[in-house]
Amino acid sequence: MNKTTVSLAIALALAVPFGAHAGKTLDSIKQKGQVACGVHTGLSGFSQADSQGNWDGIDVDYCKALAAAVLGDASKVKYVPLTAAQRFTALQSGEIDILSRNTTWTLTRDASLGLNFIGTVYYDGQGFLVPAKSKVKSAKAMKGATVCVQSGTTTEKNLTDYSRANKLDMKPVVFEKIEAATGAYFSGRCAAFTTDASGLASVRNKEAKNPADHVILPELISKEPLGPAVRRGDDEWFAIAKWVLFGLIEAEEYDITQANVEKLAAESTDPVVMRITGKSEDTGKLLGLDKDWMVKAVKAVGNYGEMFERNVGPKTPLNLPRGLNNQWNKGGLQYAPPIR
Amino acid sequence: MRRPSARKRWSWRSQAFRGLLWQVVAVLLVGFAVWFLAHNTLENMRARGIQSGFDFLKGPAGFDIGESLIPYDALDPYWKAFLVGILNTLRVAIIGIGVATLFGTLLGIGRFSANAIVRGLCYAYTETFRNVPILLQLLFWYLVFTEVLPPVAEPVSVGPFLLSKAGFSFPWWVEGRWSVPAPGAFSMEGGASATPEFMAVLMGLVFYTSAFIGEIVRAGIAAVPKGQVEAASALGLPRGLQVRKVILPQALRVIIPPLTSQYLNITKNSSLAVAIGYPDVVSIANTSLNNTGRAVECISIIMLVYLVTSLSTALFMNWYNKRVAIQER
Ligand SMILES: N[C@@H](CCC(=O)N[C@@H](CS)C(=O)NCC(=O)O)C(=O)O
Repeated sequence: MNKTTVSLAIALALAVPFGAHAGKTLDSIKQKGQVACGVHTGLSGFSQADSQGNWDGIDVDYCKALAAAVLGDASKVKYVPLTAAQRFTALQSGEIDILSRNTTWTLTRDASLGLNFIGTVYYDGQGFLVPAKSKVKSAKAMKGATVCVQSGTTTEKNLTDYSRANKLDMKPVVFEKIEAATGAYFSGRCAAFTTDASGLASVRNKEAKNPADHVILPELISKEPLGPAVRRGDDEWFAIAKWVLFGLIEAEEYDITQANVEKLAAESTDPVVMRITGKSEDTGKLLGLDKDWMVKAVKAVGNYGEMFERNVGPKTPLNLPRGLNNQWNKGGLQYAPPIR
Repeated sequence: MRRPSARKRWSWRSQAFRGLLWQVVAVLLVGFAVWFLAHNTLENMRARGIQSGFDFLKGPAGFDIGESLIPYDALDPYWKAFLVGILNTLRVAIIGIGVATLFGTLLGIGRFSANAIVRGLCYAYTETFRNVPILLQLLFWYLVFTEVLPPVAEPVSVGPFLLSKAGFSFPWWVEGRWSVPAPGAFSMEGGASATPEFMAVLMGLVFYTSAFIGEIVRAGIAAVPKGQVEAASALGLPRGLQVRKVILPQALRVIIPPLTSQYLNITKNSSLAVAIGYPDVVSIANTSLNNTGRAVECISIIMLVYLVTSLSTALFMNWYNKRVAIQER
């Protein structure tokens, strides 16, 4: 039970019931002059703040792109750091306009929590982190092992499914706080720590005394499509959030980058590029945005590929391969519906 | 004293009638407020597309629980997962109450010891453990178990009793014979083990609460008039009998009411166990809440569980209090 849950309960109990309020989110964002974006409290590569309070990460970049497309300024984001357990209540209660926090898109969440997932920013899977000295090479070898997990995530159930399917009889030790879960793992209480593979890379890189002492096992035991979500009941805002993400992905497909976007907007005669940059059709108008909404978004954070490389790719400490997150025509799953 | 006549008592302006009226108004107001809040909550949740209801309790939980007193499988329904959590809460609370009472009583008596070292130690213990927040104590004990103790492969052993990062392992009657624990690849095999999570919660609760119980027992004993002890001595009762037959029965009257609130505290404080991964009812409710999104429902269950355990503890203690109360003559 946390403060957000309690305040949501109070808000739900006292507020005068009203129907879904379409279009309200964009108006209120314009009025406030900022997009309230729920992010992770600190997961390197996805969202973390430096000592000056500047946020970076792939989840953060999406928020910046959204603010740039909507308000014309990528810095007009109010970051609300949330724990795994707080995130959905923060969205339901209206504290944030968008939840961009390594959150897995599942049926239960999509259908019963009063929210809508807009797409997938990072295709992930759940993995295991084990000490290198334990010499464990495969999760299948961990019969009867204790595994540290954090509650409030999809991970507990995946662990149970995997342990059942492979008759491994693993024993979960469930912690409310991520620090407690990783702390118990690093102290040796658990044979393994489990969460999204990207999360493991981040934990190993940030928390371990010596990252080389820990290995991520090859098995990925689940599908974890991580993506942003918006509150239900505002289809206009839902569409904007969706198309900013699609736009970033499509920009990569057509080689529109942070460096060349303005030049392309001015000079390109390619009809697709002209549509994305708002030089021909006014797609912005259909969404309730400016004509050059995508130019502003790409100018702010680059295209999807650039976001990936800058935050989590092989040149970063996380060193995650592009893999499933490559474009559809390069062997990956990132396929944006066309802007037209 | 003149009694008011029956007719007068029930006139419209009588105090009794007005009293009754106010009671009815108060009950109606409270009832309406509860109805309004519940109704409004449901309306708002529906308007926002948040699903609600307790029907989820019948569906499969789908998650494993690290330790359980009853056979439990991930395919069992949510209500059973909650039952496992409730039993885990009760287990640590009941054992905690037993051990803390024993410890606390010894501490309280120790404060009257003729031996200055015993007195000093009891005093130091009390002041240390009741002045450090219990959450810190839980984390401390958990740290001791997970950081300081050796890995499973090389446990510290006293005969068949083993201490390691897997907790405290001891021989146990399994399938008709004694089974002795031995280190396996990832955990202790054979025998039975109390997990570090359980041990840490138990020790945290016992050390913290026994310090308070010690003070209560001390105050209870101090409340027995000196003359009683002197009279007992004059009768030639040995010291042990004096304590058992003269001091404690009288002290109990003073001890039991505040002791009851310590027992309630143990149960409630056991909810801090989530911080160190012990699967108590709060931990199970947290997981269920996050898997189903039924926040209001899961939190109501937690509240109900603590309400029922607290009320039953209080009822039992009140009954016991009446029983041991010395009839004043
Ligand atoms: N993708 C999974 C897991 C995401 C998740 O919350 N991961 C953990 C481990 S990296 C976390 O963020 N914990 C931090 C916190 O709760 O503050 C989900 O959506 O449930």
